[in-house]
Amino acid sequence: MIYLTLFFEFFKIGLFAIGGGLVTVPFLFDLAESYNWFTAKELADMIAVSESTPGPLGVNMATFAGFHAAGVFGGVVATLGLVMPSVIIIIMVAKLLAQYQCNVRVQRILDGIRPAVIALILFAGLQIGKLALIDVLHVIVFVAFFAAIHFWKKSPILYLCLAAVVGIVLQLE
Amino acid sequence: MQILWRLFKVFFKLGLFTFGGGYAMLPLLQAEVVKKRGWTDDKELLDLYSIGQCTPGIISINVATFIGYRQAGVKGAVAATLGMVLPSLIIITLIAAVLNRFMYNRYVVYAFSGIRICVVALILDVIYGLWKKGINDYLGAVIFAGALGLLLAFNLSAVWVVVLAGVAGLGLKGRLKA
Repeated sequence: MIYLTLFFEFFKIGLFAIGGGLVTVPFLFDLAESYNWFTAKELADMIAVSESTPGPLGVNMATFAGFHAAGVFGGVVATLGLVMPSVIIIIMVAKLLAQYQCNVRVQRILDGIRPAVIALILFAGLQIGKLALIDVLHVIVFVAFFAAIHFWKKSPILYLCLAAVVGIVLQLE
Repeated sequence: MQILWRLFKVFFKLGLFTFGGGYAMLPLLQAEVVKKRGWTDDKELLDLYSIGQCTPGIISINVATFIGYRQAGVKGAVAATLGMVLPSLIIITLIAAVLNRFMYNRYVVYAFSGIRICVVALILDVIYGLWKKGINDYLGAVIFAGALGLLLAFNLSAVWVVVLAGVAGLGLKGRLKA
């Protein structure tokens, strides 16, 4: 039953992808390897579309990945799965928000997780890099974009649109 | 019933007009939920963001659930959360369906080759930003190196990396300080 699997897998992502957004990417990479729902290449395209459309990045990614795996209903199920841990935990926390503080142990666990999340995103970036930077021309375009992104700090949408134009003009494969 | 509809509507609007979620959403959230509706105040909103840092889940969803719950209980939480995710569901489903049809067009292939390069650059820039916030002591550097090593050597799953890092943080941070 693919819908159940989708729900469970995205529930897991909602529970473990602390920080949201791009943190979901390494988890989706794991899915690309374990199931034939989508390829790593398609995942890179999903990131681009999710960044340039409205809505939380994590939710967009879940809808996209679920749709790839099992159509419209797959997108719905994956999104519900992703959101469910938030809903359950926050409803529990909301009752005692006044007293709730991040306690020392939780703080330590999170201090440990934060550097690992950076490693996870870097690893996912390396894998997409292997697919995207296939020759010298691609690497040159990459360096130019990284410099532009890093020093000008404009909206990602602008860079993604520009990259599409560059891809067409240079006929990148 | 009216409050449920209002919750749904406000968060639908937020989902529709914010890109990226999380912190990118904060200004619009403040304008809509604090100033216009008075559902929460600035201080509580910031508390909510800091709690979002130490609870799992997507921050924007956590905020929607929390405010919805405060206004109208579990039903309110569900209404606000549904409002928040519905724009994504509709827009992404439409794009995914259309893209599937055009993905074999030559120019679409070129465009996405360019876009993929840009995605790598964007990710690298995000890592640079996270690096300054996330790795500020010896232990952080060790966990980072350990996690990356495990990923490169064994392609360990992301869930395990998070669990192991959490355990390392809990065990080692305490010991180093003691």
